[in-house]
Amino acid sequence: MCLGIPGKVVEIFDEGGLKMGHIDYGGTQNKACLEYVPEIEIGQYTIIHAGFAISIIDEEEAQQSYAAWLEVADAAEKAGIDLFGEEAGENR
Amino acid sequence: MKYLDEFRNPEIAHQILGKIRATVTRPWVIMEICGGQTHSIIRNGIDQLLPEEITLVHGPGCPVCVTPLEMIDQAIAIASRSEVIFTSFGDMLRVPGSDKDLLQVKSEGFDVRTVYSPLEAVDQARQNPGKEVVFFAVGFETTAPGNAMAIHQAAQEGLTNFSELVSHVLVPPAMEALLSSPSNRVQGYLAAGHVCAVMGWWEYEPIAEKFKVPIVPTGFEPVDILEGILLIVEQLEAGKHDVVNQYLRAVKRNGNQPAQALVNEIFEITDRKWRGIGTIPASGFQIRDQYAAFDAGRKFSVGDIHPNESPDCISGLVLQGLKKPIECPAFDKICTPQHPLGATMVSSEGACAAYYHYHKIRIPSA
Ligand code: SF4
Repeated sequence: MCLGIPGKVVEIFDEGGLKMGHIDYGGTQNKACLEYVPEIEIGQYTIIHAGFAISIIDEEEAQQSYAAWLEVADAAEKAGIDLFGEEAGENR
Repeated sequence: MKYLDEFRNPEIAHQILGKIRATVTRPWVIMEICGGQTHSIIRNGIDQLLPEEITLVHGPGCPVCVTPLEMIDQAIAIASRSEVIFTSFGDMLRVPGSDKDLLQVKSEGFDVRTVYSPLEAVDQARQNPGKEVVFFAVGFETTAPGNAMAIHQAAQEGLTNFSELVSHVLVPPAMEALLSSPSNRVQGYLAAGHVCAVMGWWEYEPIAEKFKVPIVPTGFEPVDILEGILLIVEQLEAGKHDVVNQYLRAVKRNGNQPAQALVNEIFEITDRKWRGIGTIPASGFQIRDQYAAFDAGRKFSVGDIHPNESPDCISGLVLQGLKKPIECPAFDKICTPQHPLGATMVSSEGACAAYYHYHKIRIPSA
């Protein structure tokens, strides 16, 4: 129940007076309530938790932290070990 | 998928692991609070990749696991009324009560429905004016905004047949309770990223200061978790105890203000019993008197409930990080996800279930 997942807002609409949106999770779509992220716009990514957007993903922060690590990884010798390559949810 | 794949990048994970190995010189015990993180750690084998100095212990951050047995029994009593449509997130249906679970109530012919959002439960109330629709409002600070919105909506529309059975728990008081316990082993916390997305992380500063433990709000992907561990180990080795935010892309210091505002409008803080742990002062939300009409606990008098916990289950110790699931004599013997004795075996976020699904084959000796 606590597994919030990131998704992209592809549509925004009103339902019963609430700001709602369709969220795309890399192919599958679902409806979520956007009332708690009133400033969100189509195309932005958000964390959805039990049908509610709880946070807009800060693209700049995401890119910065990723880029910083990527630099470290690129600079180092490639280890070539696929530690986390398996599909999510698959048993090992 | 954007914002997932990057944070599963094995090259980066490898680099962070290297940094952790280079930093650590002494044994440290770190607790991840959130069951979502426990799941990710065990599924990805992160605990096995870390240097042996670092012990990860799994915290009480699974709402399915800590909802007290009395509450499950109350839910079962309310769901067993012919006028009620009982709605819940799916993972609560299999939590064992004293003598049955909600799925059994459903199989007895009562109306128990799974919903994905509490707003769907409000919708059921709209569509079934002759029925009482009850939503089982469990969870941490992450689900509270949604559950508050459902009551707000029902109140706005004047719905009189919607109510919530509330068993909300709050993370910071539980972290404090664990640190205050004489048996505490925890020296650093990975704080639950999505709880912090809602509530912010300013609440952790006094806890870090008082107990001299570093606290790092952390995301859920392997790279996030490894970076969170690195940020803790660096502090432990340097004798520091600050709150440092790893989950920068989703968490701000003050959290989500509109969500906090509505949560405060509908709920107030109360003492709350945690399954397996006991009562923790000021560790839960209950519905304010003003919204009592939407409180299923007050609407349906369910009589005296005397819960009956399985004597074989040590989930209380598991939830406090004092025992690992594999140390439980019942684990994978009389207790499995198909026949769970305790709630920690039910939810995928429960430590026992995570070990059952991903870990047991990799344990050298139990
Ligand atoms: S393995 Fe089963 S019986 Fe043992 S602590 Fe976990 S839930 Fe309880």
